[in-house]
Amino acid sequence: MSRVLAIALNGMREHLRDKLLYNLLVFALLLIGSSILLVRLTLGEFERLMLDLGLASINLFGVLIAIFIGIGLVSREIERKTIYTIVSKPIPRYQFLLGKYLGLVVTLLLNTVIMTVGFLLALSVWSVPVTPLLFAAVGLIMVELMVMTAVALFFSTFTTPTLSAIFSLAMYAIGHLTADLKLLSEKPDVKISAMARAIANGLYYVLPDLERFNLKGQVIHQQAIGADVFALTIAYGLAWTVLLLILAATIFQRRDFQ
Amino acid sequence: MSAPVSILRTQALTKVFRVGFWGRKVTALDGLDLDVQAGEIFGFLGPNGAGKTTALKILLGLLYPTSGQAWLLDRPIGTVSVRQQMGFLPEAPYFYEYLTAVECLRFYGRLFDLKGPALAARIDHLLQLVGLADARDLPLRKFSKGMLQRIGIAQALINDPQLVILDEPMSGLDPIGRKEVRDIILGLKASGKTVFFSSHILHDAEMLCDRVCILRKGRLVTMGRVSDLLNTASIQSVEIVAEGIGPAELSALQGLARQCVVQGSRVLLECDPAQVDRVLDAIRRGRGGLISLNPHRSSLEDLFIREMGRPATKGVSS
Repeated sequence: MSRVLAIALNGMREHLRDKLLYNLLVFALLLIGSSILLVRLTLGEFERLMLDLGLASINLFGVLIAIFIGIGLVSREIERKTIYTIVSKPIPRYQFLLGKYLGLVVTLLLNTVIMTVGFLLALSVWSVPVTPLLFAAVGLIMVELMVMTAVALFFSTFTTPTLSAIFSLAMYAIGHLTADLKLLSEKPDVKISAMARAIANGLYYVLPDLERFNLKGQVIHQQAIGADVFALTIAYGLAWTVLLLILAATIFQRRDFQ
Repeated sequence: MSAPVSILRTQALTKVFRVGFWGRKVTALDGLDLDVQAGEIFGFLGPNGAGKTTALKILLGLLYPTSGQAWLLDRPIGTVSVRQQMGFLPEAPYFYEYLTAVECLRFYGRLFDLKGPALAARIDHLLQLVGLADARDLPLRKFSKGMLQRIGIAQALINDPQLVILDEPMSGLDPIGRKEVRDIILGLKASGKTVFFSSHILHDAEMLCDRVCILRKGRLVTMGRVSDLLNTASIQSVEIVAEGIGPAELSALQGLARQCVVQGSRVLLECDPAQVDRVLDAIRRGRGGLISLNPHRSSLEDLFIREMGRPATKGVSS
């Protein structure tokens, strides 16, 4: 385990010395801050807009960091040939992969905490009440980031960084739509072919349903969610993460480093 | 004397790459049989593209062989625990450039589960050994090529390995750096380690190696002790310089020598070792004075160039 930790700590050190991270973080904080300006331009529903914009910013920038740093976790090591001196040491390949993954997840956690603090400051300026539900929402965003990091890492074990980025972004977009598609296909008044219905259903079960991690609606409308649903959603995210990491490790184990 | 212990062994090791869109097959390594014994310095020689790095990468688990087998320290390659007793320096090594020299070595040390004061002491010792003690807190981003090579050697030795595999350890180093690396390699041998290194700089290999093998187009061309290879395969000659030889003897000398160059009163002769006595007699008879006599030994470079001209064969034994 100490080897995984060494890789993870080194990964974190790399991320914290990476300019991309700071650019995205500054941009996210600016966007959260700008909600204050937006509120001035909006008639009514200040709170709703601020909560929506804030959570969306934390989610979007977290996902961008997860994808754009995630796709480089392995490919950069191969491209820069730093992998030669690591794979030749007594560390199994899956532990290396796990270390790289954990390094980025901890960086994302740190990042999410910073963005959340910025968000809470913005909310306090406008005296928007903060409920425990808000923290649950941020918690599930973090789970989604864990899934998305695993998605990016999975793709980067067998394809180029550009394709990994495209696939991961597509996975993110589709992951937020599958639930809607399934719902739509199941409505009796919607006339679609059996095949289209099967595809909508298939996508829902084959790809992670990322909309489960989205609690923005509940936060805005103050609809509490049960602890069981919350726990189940976390378990769902962890299950996807473990599955993707196992797939990534299986592919990575068989790779040749030329 | 105890029987030699095999520390690195390969049997018909083959690697075929598929390249291009159509997956054309390229054989990088073709049935390599090697046997490196404990405590020796073994030179793995060959021109660029001969398959040296491919073989090393297979041994280190970076590539999977297409067929054949290999063992390190009597265990099959791919066993992760074998690497606990191995050190590796890749060709033109790359490291995390945001780390300082000490951070870098600490990171590699942790991959061997080393920690605490023992690791710190080992790092200090290695930085001293490779001459980077003054650059310990400098980020690797600011390192020159030669300094990166040195930190590469230091990380390869962090675990005090039994077997050290070095891919082109002299490349990118100036003459002083090369001498220092040679001294490190000899020091490793003196402390009982086995060093297996690839190189295309034959001069270094000739000075260092107990045994060498030469690889060409993925196949073993020759393998054996440096002294044996040079003695059996060498065509020696003797270079003699003399002056003031009479014209009659001079024409006789031209018949005896392989080559005869006359510069004023001075004569440079290259002759077969068997003819040396007759040549010297002729010089004395012509009342000439001997200035120098140099026997020319065939070098590894001569052997190398000669072997490159021969067709490669599989399964050469030592």
